[in-house]
Amino acid sequence: MRSADRNPGPRAGATAAQSESVDESIAQERERVLHHEQEQDLAASAAAQALASVAAEPGSSKPDPILVAKKVSRRFGGLLAVDVEHLEVQRGTLTALIGPNGAGKSTFFNVVSGFDKPTSGTWRFNGREMAGLSANRIARLGMVRTFQLTKALTRMTALENMMLGATDQLGEHFLPSLIRPLWRAQDKQIEVRADNLLEHFNLAHMRDQFAGTMSGGQRKLLEMARAMMVQPDLLMLDEPMAGVNPALTQSLLGHIQALRDGGTTVILVEHDMDVIMSISDWIVCFAEGRVIAEGRPDDIRSNQAVVDAYLGSQRALPRKQEE
Amino acid sequence: MDWVGIFSSALSDMIGPFAAIYALAAVGLNLHFGYTGLLNFGQVAFMLVGAYGVGVAVVTFSLSLWWGILVAILASVVVALILGIPTLRLRGDYLAIATIAAGEVLRLFFNSTYTEPVTNGAFGLGPTNNEFNALNPIPNGTYQLGPFQYTSSALWVMLVTWSLVALACVLVFLLMRSPWGRVLRSVREDELAARSLGKSVYGYKLQSLVLGGVLGGLAGVMYTMDISTQFPNNFDPKVTFYLWVIMTLGGAGRIIGPVVGAVIFWFLFSFLGAFLGELFPGANTGAARIAIVGLILMLLMVFRPAGILGDPEEMRLEVR
Ligand SMILES: Nc1ncnc2c1ncn2[C@@H]1O[C@H](COP(=O)(O)OP(=O)(O)OP(=O)(O)O)[C@@H](O)[C@H]1O
Ligand SMILES: [Mg+2]
Repeated sequence: MRSADRNPGPRAGATAAQSESVDESIAQERERVLHHEQEQDLAASAAAQALASVAAEPGSSKPDPILVAKKVSRRFGGLLAVDVEHLEVQRGTLTALIGPNGAGKSTFFNVVSGFDKPTSGTWRFNGREMAGLSANRIARLGMVRTFQLTKALTRMTALENMMLGATDQLGEHFLPSLIRPLWRAQDKQIEVRADNLLEHFNLAHMRDQFAGTMSGGQRKLLEMARAMMVQPDLLMLDEPMAGVNPALTQSLLGHIQALRDGGTTVILVEHDMDVIMSISDWIVCFAEGRVIAEGRPDDIRSNQAVVDAYLGSQRALPRKQEE
Repeated sequence: MDWVGIFSSALSDMIGPFAAIYALAAVGLNLHFGYTGLLNFGQVAFMLVGAYGVGVAVVTFSLSLWWGILVAILASVVVALILGIPTLRLRGDYLAIATIAAGEVLRLFFNSTYTEPVTNGAFGLGPTNNEFNALNPIPNGTYQLGPFQYTSSALWVMLVTWSLVALACVLVFLLMRSPWGRVLRSVREDELAARSLGKSVYGYKLQSLVLGGVLGGLAGVMYTMDISTQFPNNFDPKVTFYLWVIMTLGGAGRIIGPVVGAVIFWFLFSFLGAFLGELFPGANTGAARIAIVGLILMLLMVFRPAGILGDPEEMRLEVR
């Protein structure tokens, strides 16, 4: 079941109603999340089952990988920002990418999504070799990413931003674009889909506003919703929750999980450990460009390498002060 | 001072042949910059190859006007591809540099002694418009309506060129309300975002460059139909500068922005020419006229950066 079915009534014109119903909506949200968690167990177990027999070690192979990266590296001058020996991402799972700042997570995203060229290495997506393909080609093949620094199309409305995401639009070809009846019906369908998603992301009231007038958090939401319009097989989200308020974060997590349950593979970069531990099926930890650990949340929690790399710097700080 | 004469000529030029020709070229430039964000600083290059495409075909090779127009369009397409294919994958600045250079290189090339057998170089190529004038349905003579005064051949050029402008505006309107136009605007806003959604940014930029270039080429065709004998130096970088003034004046990214811009620009330009001419009889006031146009552009940028038709709020969104 998709969370769409459980969504409360339309939120259009929410600005006025919002202030009164904040408490109510948070309560609803909690209820929804709790409700969701119960269901989640089922779906999560499906994803988890697939990974049950997988060894929790860097580079372990998965039963049905959607993405396989081999010896992918990216060097910036003297800095080896990414140096992934082997990494597989299981189809249908929600895989989290964690690691300290500057660990190379975003660079890894850039490389596999075609926005940056690797210094070396190859990767396969859906069994297809991707190295050398352009970013737009890779996106069309079903691997869509969002950016850590949001890229809203500022002088286009929220709706236009969304509708741009839809693929295979006849009206995007030069000659058919001149003849409206050819693409009108398709455009209407896309608009309906866009409106639904805007609703889900609490952006319905911004529908006809320029994206440039939106707040930072709203832009993050818009970008994520827009990526979903592409209906990719693999969705790669680079810190989608940064700057989004906690109540909405819960509902977004629900949405991401629902997406996973619907069959989309999700890779998520996130710094909030509570979020990571509660929603991911599999966690990959980066440090200094390498994959230093992989595993289920429980494996990662007790992994000494992760604690050292990820929390080590934070621990070191107070210690320094003591001296 | 002959105010009646000054205003009469300014009003006549406001919708005269040059206003129409510049409007047509500016519609193309608006497609490039206003909708796609392409920095084309050499729109005059398209006008040049348009004018010389038809000129060389008609005068040098004695082909019919229609073949000439076809050659002009093909030449514009070729220039767009030559400029676009190597630069559109790179950052925007590269297209800017390439287009500035292309305009100047073409002007010098068509002026050179090597090409003289074909282009007649600095001696000028003409007459290019015999066949066009033969098609003129308006009887010979001078026509006057209030302050507006035109010869029949000027009226013929105006009729054809303003019709082309109207067609071009309809074309841009149809394109921009379609999903094709949506992709084009997304390219203007953020190329990487467009690519992350699977749009072939390069392909759309190239389409835009070609289409806007062809409009520039057609403007060149109408230019030579108007002046009959053309010289490479007619196509100096000033023309591109005026086109940018026209587009910004009207409002970049507005369908009829270039039309409004061209009308206002030619009124001011003609007014200044006549006014300064009367103020300083016998003096060469050309430079002063251009300086004042520059000043007006500066004031516009300060007080109305989005142009006459543009939305200042929308403009401000760019700066974050
Ligand atoms: N374009 C670039 N040029 C030079 N160095 C770069 C570039 N992009 C990234 N780096 C370096 O590569 C390393 C990895 O950066 P990256 O952005 O991938 O980190 P990250 O894991 O996403 O960090 P964060 O959690 O802070 O977003 C950093 O040390 C960064 O300085
Ligand atoms: Mg990052």
